[in-house]
Amino acid sequence: MKYKRNAFRKLTILFIGLFFLNQFSSFAKTIIVCETCENKSIKEAVQFSEANDTILVKKGTYHEYNIIIDKPLTIIGENYPVIDGDLNGEIITIISDNVTVDGLFIINVGTSYTEDYAAVRVRRSKNFLIQNLVLEKLFFGIYLEKSKDGRVYHNKIIGDAKEEYNSGNGIQLWYCKNVEIEHNFVEHVRDGIYLEFSDFCTIKNNVSTFNVRYGLHFMFSNDDSYEDNIFEKNGAGVAVMFSKRIKMLNNSFRENWGSASYGLLLKEINDAEISGNTFEENTIGINIEGSNRVLYEKNNFIRNGWAIKVRGACYTNTFTKNNFLYNSFDVAYNSKVNDNVFDKNYWSNYTGYDLNKDGIGDVPYRPVKLFSYIVNETPETIVLLRSLFIDLIDFSEKVSPIFTPDNLVDKNPLIRKMP
Amino acid sequence: MLKILKYSFFDLIRSRWSYVYFAFYLLLGFVLLFLNNDLSKAIITLMNVIIMLVPLIGTIFGVMYFYNSKEFTELLLAQPLKRTSIFVGQYLGVALSLALSLVLGLGIPFVLYGLFTSAIIWNFTLLLITGVFLTFIFTALAFNIALSNENKIKGFGYAILLWLFLAVIYDGIFLISLIIFQDYPLDKLSLGMSMLNPIDLSRILILLKLDISALLGYTGAIFKKFFGSNFGVIISFLMLSIWVILPILRIVFKSKKKDF
Repeated sequence: MKYKRNAFRKLTILFIGLFFLNQFSSFAKTIIVCETCENKSIKEAVQFSEANDTILVKKGTYHEYNIIIDKPLTIIGENYPVIDGDLNGEIITIISDNVTVDGLFIINVGTSYTEDYAAVRVRRSKNFLIQNLVLEKLFFGIYLEKSKDGRVYHNKIIGDAKEEYNSGNGIQLWYCKNVEIEHNFVEHVRDGIYLEFSDFCTIKNNVSTFNVRYGLHFMFSNDDSYEDNIFEKNGAGVAVMFSKRIKMLNNSFRENWGSASYGLLLKEINDAEISGNTFEENTIGINIEGSNRVLYEKNNFIRNGWAIKVRGACYTNTFTKNNFLYNSFDVAYNSKVNDNVFDKNYWSNYTGYDLNKDGIGDVPYRPVKLFSYIVNETPETIVLLRSLFIDLIDFSEKVSPIFTPDNLVDKNPLIRKMP
Repeated sequence: MLKILKYSFFDLIRSRWSYVYFAFYLLLGFVLLFLNNDLSKAIITLMNVIIMLVPLIGTIFGVMYFYNSKEFTELLLAQPLKRTSIFVGQYLGVALSLALSLVLGLGIPFVLYGLFTSAIIWNFTLLLITGVFLTFIFTALAFNIALSNENKIKGFGYAILLWLFLAVIYDGIFLISLIIFQDYPLDKLSLGMSMLNPIDLSRILILLKLDISALLGYTGAIFKKFFGSNFGVIISFLMLSIWVILPILRIVFKSKKKDF
């Protein structure tokens, strides 16, 4: 009995101790910023604050720039207070770990040709959270620089970019690691989301549209994944370049039209996985150059000019279980050597039969037509698309391939399309 | 002229061939729409039919009608009638009845399918307009051939050859010339060559509505810029009209001089 009571007392002391410890360590106060308060600007509030404080910004308009956050703070906007940079330069710069920025409306970031001014910049920090921001009239939006373990969530970035040379990117990552970018809306900037030298990042459920250059752009970034994003009507689609082990899953690439426009542009990509994506009404669905060991699985290619254009130096790629629906050209190929595998895809242009009813066509399908070869050589001949003469030469090439790689066939074309 | 037109027209409307032609389109329309659940694919198939079959049937039918009604034409010539009105009247009778079969045959299934509520109505209208133009062009060409050749077999031969040339051989020459001259800027050449052939012209007009993404590629932009603009569409239709008017003028000219 005594023993029991003793134990109980010990437990109580422990609890009380923990309580005080807790109080002490997070001896955080909340600083309120509003137009009639003691603190009339966020800059002042940051100066007054101590580590782990919360700064609550009430509704209003604050004309500020160069707000440098150098200690772990939580900045929360109430009813979207406006921070107007008056085109003077960068607005918020975070140089400390554990910073949260939430619910601000930031406009008028300065444009410069020598410095990349951003609405929010995170520099050499860890564990940051940037969420629910609305950015307008910006140069760069959210710029993460040599930072890691952060999260960029549910922001809305609306630029007014017209030209590539004088506009910035929506969300830019430079030498970052383990960053999650989720549920953001980016439009009318240069590159919607841009990753350079950034590894192990996740990009999920974003919508990137109407950007001047790319909806999403990878450079020298490895082991990243992007899923369930929508990329629509961007100047040149999505570009993934010089990266390894990228996972691209369930994204939608739509209506990227133009003379140098692609749904997805792959250049020097190795060991990637591209599956469950939808490519719809792009001039070129996927443009592949120098990419090896990439798996293309369960994608839908619908009504593109070219579904897949293989430019060269692409080896041991596998295309399987994809749907190719009503594309003007299914596959274009510019060499006679083929080391890529096409197997068990559904081709809407397939005209074979299936006598044993196993769901696989008895006649192999040749996705590369002679005409697509001709168009590669002389682009102007596109004017003869769907002419009877072209159908005739395509047919004769199908019967006995001379110009197109003769081993480029889908030996098991599906009769019904993949669900 | 109107009387002769009316006579030819009703004569043809009652004839078996018109019904066959009409029934063929009706069947095609229904099969395409109700066995195929993708409307845009149906339109592509229709395009192939229209740019291949319509000219062929127009030519064959025109030549056939001219030779078959030769005795009746000679009877008419004995009457105090203007030659122009006899031949042009007959021509219009044939062309109109063919065009009517085409429009009704394809139109009925599409209307039943609910065309008016679908966004594809403009593509379809364009398809029918070019089809009608092609009917008029190739019937006129057929009449020209028949007027110039007394020999039926020769006439048929030339008619088939004409169709083959415009539908297939022309594109072959076109392709070869593009490949041979590929080191030179080819936009103007390819635009010009496609303007000169009514079948190519109709094909491109329809294609721009369908395969827009492919044509918007590197060079396609030029065609899109030309044919997609109002100016380009007007020029194209003007060109198609010239293709109708020139053969008719030749019918008029030839029929005045011809010795029966």
